[in-house]
Amino acid sequence: MTKQQANWSPYDNNGGSCVAIAGADYCVIAADTRMSTGYNILTREYSKICKLADKCVMASSGFQADVKALQKQLAARHLIYQHQHNKQMSCPAMAQLLSNTLYYKRFFPYYSFNVLGGLDNEGKGCVFTYDAVGSYEKVGYSSQGYGSTLIMPFLDNQLKSPSPLLLPVQDAVTPLVEAEAVDLVKTVFASASERDIYTGDKLEIVVVNAAGIRREYMELRKD
Amino acid sequence: MFRNQYDTDVTTWSPAGRLFQVEYAMEAVKQGSAAIGLRSRTHIVLGCVNKANSELSSHQKKIFKVDDHIGVAIAGLTADGRVLSRYMRNECINYSFTYESPLPVGRLVVQLADKAQVCTQRSWKRPYGVGLLVAGLDESGAHLYYNCPSGNYFEYQAFAIGSRSQAAKTYLERRFENFTDASRDDLVKDALMAIRETLQGETLESSVCTIAVVGVGEPFHILDQGSVQQMIDAFEIVGEQEGPAAEPDAAAGQDASAEPEPEQGAAAGEGVAPMDI
Repeated sequence: MTKQQANWSPYDNNGGSCVAIAGADYCVIAADTRMSTGYNILTREYSKICKLADKCVMASSGFQADVKALQKQLAARHLIYQHQHNKQMSCPAMAQLLSNTLYYKRFFPYYSFNVLGGLDNEGKGCVFTYDAVGSYEKVGYSSQGYGSTLIMPFLDNQLKSPSPLLLPVQDAVTPLVEAEAVDLVKTVFASASERDIYTGDKLEIVVVNAAGIRREYMELRKD
Repeated sequence: MFRNQYDTDVTTWSPAGRLFQVEYAMEAVKQGSAAIGLRSRTHIVLGCVNKANSELSSHQKKIFKVDDHIGVAIAGLTADGRVLSRYMRNECINYSFTYESPLPVGRLVVQLADKAQVCTQRSWKRPYGVGLLVAGLDESGAHLYYNCPSGNYFEYQAFAIGSRSQAAKTYLERRFENFTDASRDDLVKDALMAIRETLQGETLESSVCTIAVVGVGEPFHILDQGSVQQMIDAFEIVGEQEGPAAEPDAAAGQDASAEPEPEQGAAAGEGVAPMDI
């Protein structure tokens, strides 16, 4: 007698890609706005980017229902933090909170692949990249989602710094200027949309810098 | 109130049908430093007098933000007030999380009242020794409630609690008919005037009081000391010019705004004389 298999899955993958790049005094977080299921498109105008705190923005691809639930959890926890500490959470603090929140559901995970971007306590750009159960790392740039297999190698080529294990310690953040980083992101998504069926429609770019948070859009291929 | 044989337990009735422990809890509210609240159709203003234990210490926090649309001012045992504020914040967060909309104020005060009532009917508990002025905005408009340690709550147009609150209440009773349609700034001015009544002769300065506002298009926030001082200066000066003001008086009044400490004493002294406002 063979073991009974489930005939449904609690998860779905709504596709898409996200990218984040950290600079000396800014951080760029971008994601496409296509939401799909299987080979179908559910909508062309869904934002995967969520502002968690004044200087902290998260982009997530994967199962958007889980992403939404995760965002709500973090928002509620952030509100409690603000009541208790009378200030906003810093990006590194939010990074740890996200990791803990994900691991909390280690045995029924949030199907959410996140990149967290923002400014740290000194105003320098920082990017944190996660897996579905909360393993995270501070990096200079990252991408997640279906398009990341196409995007990541290109970012490595353009932005990669020497290994963090080498001495003297090198900065992970890119020396690129904000405008150049935004341009790079646009290029990267345009390329990914060419070959990845799940990435396209529109690109949403969020830039966090000392002046605040700015949002930009760019059209992508609709096929 | 005098000690009697029915006041040991909160679960003991007196022959006259009173729960003395609950009434003693309400006494604690009367001993706390004053807090006032007033509302118009679109805004609610909360104010409180800052009391510090000694010159060396900071004053206690008596106004708490509960959510963007709700705030609370307390009088009595501040520790109890802090705990209840934490409860209210939690309730608001949980409601928002579930219903994606702000918790209606009326619901929150009922939950708060029921929580207070529990403590009046358990032998191992004691009533909360704090009165709360809950200011909130929801779909049905602007609301100001007063929650008692007894578990009662009432809605008010304006109210004052704490020590010397009667003076503020008298002022508010005289003025409350103007509040419904008052502008936000006029409402804050009235709050400051009411607070001044409770100070009974002491100078009204921004270091002595705290003001918070919530209204349509304005999330709950505590006004910073600078803005409060400006408003105090504004209406103190007006008061001076209305008095038997010769030009030297008016000039002195204008100087007062530039140099707060010494001149303020003079300005307030003249302002505190009975004025027809």
